[in-house]
Amino acid sequence: MLEQNLEITVDELRHLVSDRALEGETMLLNMGPQHPSTHGVLRLLLELDGERIVTCVPDIGFLHTGIEKSMETKAYEKALVMTDRMDYLNNLGNNLCYCLAVEKLVDLDVPERAMAIRVLLVELQRIASHLVFLATHGLDTGAMSVFLYCFREREVILDIFEMCSGARMMTSFFRPGGLWRDVPDGFEEAVRSFVESFPKRIKMYEDLLTKNPIYTHRTQGIGAISSEEALKWGLTGPPLRATGLAWDLRKSNPYSGYERYDFEIPVGVNGDTYDRYTVRIGEMRQSLRIVEQVLDTLPGGPVRSDNRKFVPPPRSELGHSMEAVIHHFKLWTEGFPAPKGSVFVAVESPRGELGCYLEGDGGPKPYRVHFRTPSFATLQTLPMLCKDHLVADVVAIISSLDPVLGDSDR
Amino acid sequence: MGVETKLGNLGFVTTTLEKVVNWGRVRAMWPVLFGLACCAIEMMAAQSADYDMSRFGMELMRASPRQSDLMIVAGRLTRKMSPVLRRIYDQMPEPKYVIALGDCSSCGGIFNNYAVVPGVDEIVPVDVYIAGCPPRPEALIHGILTLYDKVENQKVKDWA
Amino acid sequence: MTVVEKAVAKLQRALGESVLSVEEFRGQTSVTLDPEAVVNACQMLRDDAELDFNFLAALTAVDYWPSEPRFKIVYQLYSLANKEFIGLRAQLSNESPEISTIESIYPNANWHEREVFDMFGVTFKDHSDQRRIIMPYDWEGHPLRKDYPLGYEEVQFTFNFDEIDKRKPYAKE
Ligand code: SF4
Repeated sequence: MLEQNLEITVDELRHLVSDRALEGETMLLNMGPQHPSTHGVLRLLLELDGERIVTCVPDIGFLHTGIEKSMETKAYEKALVMTDRMDYLNNLGNNLCYCLAVEKLVDLDVPERAMAIRVLLVELQRIASHLVFLATHGLDTGAMSVFLYCFREREVILDIFEMCSGARMMTSFFRPGGLWRDVPDGFEEAVRSFVESFPKRIKMYEDLLTKNPIYTHRTQGIGAISSEEALKWGLTGPPLRATGLAWDLRKSNPYSGYERYDFEIPVGVNGDTYDRYTVRIGEMRQSLRIVEQVLDTLPGGPVRSDNRKFVPPPRSELGHSMEAVIHHFKLWTEGFPAPKGSVFVAVESPRGELGCYLEGDGGPKPYRVHFRTPSFATLQTLPMLCKDHLVADVVAIISSLDPVLGDSDR
Repeated sequence: MGVETKLGNLGFVTTTLEKVVNWGRVRAMWPVLFGLACCAIEMMAAQSADYDMSRFGMELMRASPRQSDLMIVAGRLTRKMSPVLRRIYDQMPEPKYVIALGDCSSCGGIFNNYAVVPGVDEIVPVDVYIAGCPPRPEALIHGILTLYDKVENQKVKDWA
Repeated sequence: MTVVEKAVAKLQRALGESVLSVEEFRGQTSVTLDPEAVVNACQMLRDDAELDFNFLAALTAVDYWPSEPRFKIVYQLYSLANKEFIGLRAQLSNESPEISTIESIYPNANWHEREVFDMFGVTFKDHSDQRRIIMPYDWEGHPLRKDYPLGYEEVQFTFNFDEIDKRKPYAKE
């Protein structure tokens, strides 16, 4: 296995690079997979004419973890833990997408309170994810202090997650049919204090970057794309909205009760790196608005569906109900059967459209799970965005697309 | 200062070579920046303001393996990535140490399938394993301190 | 009449026999087509001003080994104007898992088709760059096929620690 040949000959690349490369006129340069600003293990083959990029060939798959195949061998509820590890900056969002797909497949309804808390947590997760974007984007464009500030605020959000689920990142908090458990005491105060303090922080990031000439010179007009091109190449999420097209699945095909909340879709103008940054900053503000609205209208009631065919009974029932014991035993040893059929569910992740294709075959295990991941689609546009830019711009462009390699390779 | 007042201004201290060298190694351990997956995010968190790994002399994450002596393998290692990992390890100068951060790099974690290498110890020799999925930043700091203990107690005869 | 119903009707009118079946499950419509007709169907769904399915949301495959037809290619199209999804399906047999690419209609199908090729071994006619995308170039087999083993390794516990330790290939310095 170790002898695996990493170099491929120019012959195999003949159709990918220009003719000038074969004559040795331009230079082929390998970037990654171990490179500080490829955000993980992305590998790029760059064809350079001096400092200028002629072609860029992305090579992904260095983080292919076999998640789809592993999920096929686990029962529906147990396969959930795999989704956390897919896009590791949007763990709860992945949980949500998968849960919605399972709920759709088995036709399970979710209590109001669970839906509201899901929205709240997913929006917090979106903020956390955009904070990591901002941090790494700042680092890549030469602003170290943004990194330190962003991670400081991210810790606050992770503390909230930890409070709910006991884990900072891999929460697996959403389950088919609701949540794992209700949020603990002190949750609302913690979220409120975050909501109060965070607008000041956003302003601080903006003070640091938005008008900073060092930053704007490195980002304005870099890696621009038009909305038609972006759609053609499957770009979604902030990179698409930066081109001026206001498409957000939360608005167009609302799920989990998003239609109840009032928010706007921030859009850009030019579709360049700078616009992608401003769109994300705007999204953080909107997410905060949604969080606030959810907090104000948080309904009471249960957080798990009481359909015992799919959702295990609470522990407290096990002591006095034989039926509960039977359900508990059956659900945890075998899982619930799902009907034959397939569903496709798409949600808006911080990176774009996250779709889940789920197919059941009547048994307790999914027959096929496929995730249509946003990073996979965004990385595909990289050659177009990088063309005719400088090597230094590649770094800014990659970080502005905010790919997560675990997401694209699965 | 204490030495000077006791011995006059002689300007030297006595110790063993072993101690001095190990002390030097521990006080400036430079990790190579090698984030693979989710655990790398926690590694970044450990670097950031709240946890501040620089307290232990390792604020300097080097992008180049040739300038570093510690490799923190943060995340799951796949079959496609394993030759790269070995290559980077081979480029590091001696003495070099490896920390396997997280369940995946220690033993494969929850991914027991065709794509993931069950433990990086099949590819590179590992000094410290840190459990957790992902390990908290505190756990990473603990792991690094454990490595320091190990390095401080190295013997001359074991030096490569 | 919703857009999806209109689309189904139009497909049936234009392609006739090639529309093998129309399923509705949990409010989602999927149309099973003859593999030959997929390109035409996509072209129609995209270019018809009323339907306007201008976005390829997902492209994947399912393996039904050992039954026949073995593979099912799944297309999910989305219309930004109408805010609707529609699914297309095409079934392929084990002997000739081959289908035309829809790259010319939806350019982003390029990578998705490469992924299906990599994971299932389904080839795409006239694809511009059919290489493996996720697995290493020299990988053997197609991992997401059902007859490909998961590659499970025995878990090391205290009771079988020594036994597994003996055959675990530890790395050398
Ligand atoms: S141990 Fe967990 S957090 Fe770390 S890389 Fe593996 S799955 Fe991700």
